[in-house]
Amino acid sequence: MGRITLEGVRKSFASHLIIQGADLDIEDGSFVVFVGPSGCGKTTLLRLIAGLEDVSDGRILIDGANVVGVPPSKRGLSMVFQSYALYPHMSVRGNIAFGLKMAGLPKSEIDRKVEAAAATLNLTPYLDRKPRELSGGQRQRVAIGRAIVREPKAFLFDEPLSNLDAALRVQMRLEVTRLQRQLATTAVYVTHDQVEAMTMADRIVVLNAGRIEQYGSPLELYERPANVFVAGFIGSPRMNFIGNESAKRYGAATIGVRPEHIKASRDGEGWEGVVTDAEHLGSDTFLHVDIAGIGNLTARSIGEIGLSAGDRAHLLPDPAHIHRFDADGKALHA
Amino acid sequence: MATEQTRGLGRILIAPAVIALFVWMIVPLVMTIYFSTLDYNLLNPGSESFVGLENYFYFLTDPAFLASLQNTLVLVGSVLAITVVVGTLVALLLDQAVIGRSIVRLMVIAPFFVMPTVSALVWKNLLMHPVSGLFAWIATSLGLRPIDWFAEAPLLAIILIVAWQWLPFATLILLTALQSLDEEQKEAAEMDGARAFSTFFHITLQHLARPITVVILIETIFLQTVFAEIYVTTGGGPGLQTTNIAFLIYSQALIQFDVGTASAGGLVAVVLANIVAFFLVRIVGRNLEA
Ligand SMILES: Nc1ncnc2c1ncn2[C@@H]1O[C@H](COP(=O)(O)OP(=O)(O)O)[C@@H](O)[C@H]1O
Ligand SMILES: [Mg+2]
Repeated sequence: MGRITLEGVRKSFASHLIIQGADLDIEDGSFVVFVGPSGCGKTTLLRLIAGLEDVSDGRILIDGANVVGVPPSKRGLSMVFQSYALYPHMSVRGNIAFGLKMAGLPKSEIDRKVEAAAATLNLTPYLDRKPRELSGGQRQRVAIGRAIVREPKAFLFDEPLSNLDAALRVQMRLEVTRLQRQLATTAVYVTHDQVEAMTMADRIVVLNAGRIEQYGSPLELYERPANVFVAGFIGSPRMNFIGNESAKRYGAATIGVRPEHIKASRDGEGWEGVVTDAEHLGSDTFLHVDIAGIGNLTARSIGEIGLSAGDRAHLLPDPAHIHRFDADGKALHA
Repeated sequence: MATEQTRGLGRILIAPAVIALFVWMIVPLVMTIYFSTLDYNLLNPGSESFVGLENYFYFLTDPAFLASLQNTLVLVGSVLAITVVVGTLVALLLDQAVIGRSIVRLMVIAPFFVMPTVSALVWKNLLMHPVSGLFAWIATSLGLRPIDWFAEAPLLAIILIVAWQWLPFATLILLTALQSLDEEQKEAAEMDGARAFSTFFHITLQHLARPITVVILIETIFLQTVFAEIYVTTGGGPGLQTTNIAFLIYSQALIQFDVGTASAGGLVAVVLANIVAFFLVRIVGRNLEA
């Protein structure tokens, strides 16, 4: 069981309103990712759920019970910190066992659970090492082990993979999602990396300057972004935004087209311009094209299309994938 | 110091300092050893004669020696216990966000800047004086009999004075260590269900193990040589009740003018200090290993 509900949660530090009214319903067993630029309040929101910060206003419910004022230790949640926050003077075993020890479990049961958690995370050979004798990835696993061994109502992750190198990050991403699905425990996961968000989440919360911009499944956010911010934040390379005359023809203040929905060709239909940069990845080509009266647009093509910087190119947006936004940046739906 | 070359260069560069320090140390040591084998009394100069180990025999069999050894150990041990325990508590207090924290910190550190002679005089005449002292006044106000500290509990009085002087040192080191404790570790313990006391015991105290070791080692070195506080307040008395090794050597040399025995005593003190250091490093030193 682990349904987390936020009702009008606000948080201010001194006079700064950092979380401006969050309403959220996180279903039991789901994997929810908070994503947003640095400093938008993701960590703060997670710490509010954990109980490490007091809310300024609003209610937080866990399985229907209001936990505002309940200390972290009584909320039944466990957290994986960005810095891992392992206990440096305890062995891996001691780190994983600490929560169980505090709960007063008998020694034999603690040993059994710690060993089971270690086996799940491939930590068995390292049980008697100190954290400083482990690699970054292994420390990460210990932090996760410490969280799962207590069988909490929900896991809270604060950018757990941001200190790992790229290859390990991809691997751990898969392992964390697999583990979560296997345990079927609610997970709230904070990241600033939209790729992590898109690949891991059942549902994504996009935060911007302390506001929830949109809450939905990854594909929902990709296909129907609620506003300019979400449209620009989700997807890589970034969506192209076009204002002025061209947008008016679509009855919008701004239109947006994703690079993958623009067809680039040497001579063909569409806007004509000069290629300023061409990024050849082999599998894809990203073309940055300067178009008079519109600006610099990015187009993504599959494979190699033989255009490079300095060439003239034509860009044709796919009309079915043009996003329209009003003057306030809200999405307009046909 | 990664390569052969930098290591070699490093050795050459520190050689002058090491040689200077070595000479600085070895000259007085050799002279002390030399004096300790002489029958050398300042009252009849020019009549020195070689007596071998007689001075050592004389010093070690003097009943004052065992008494002052015991006093030294009690003094060092008690001051260590007081400063570490109280220092930890004060440091925990100062680590909290209290109003006027910087001023409070300055006040806590102040005793360390007061000369031992001055602080001993202040304690003797303003605080512990049986008639005009503050403690006597408090006792009388409460209807109790004032304590004549230096007559009834002289060693305890010295211990209190010295502990007061060394408390800031312990507090300062432990406070710095507390401030370097990762807040997230405490939060992780909190999420793990630890209450305040468990967090202190399992996280904070473990983190303090190393700085506490440093405090113990440094204080032990200096506390074996406490002198001014005794000289100013009790003069080693009543009887031998507050005479420690340092004071005993002083009284040999400059009250009985016996330089030979005092030198022997000094060397005995050096050996004792090394024995203490040896055991100390064995007991607490492993905390210093990375
Ligand atoms: N304890 C605090 N005191 C004051 N301001 C804080 C505190 N914690 C966070 N903030 C501010 O709140 C904002 C959001 O911080 P945070 O939640 O850490 O962002 P994120 O995790 O999304 O990068 C930042 O502007 C930060 O400066
Ligand atoms: Mg953060």
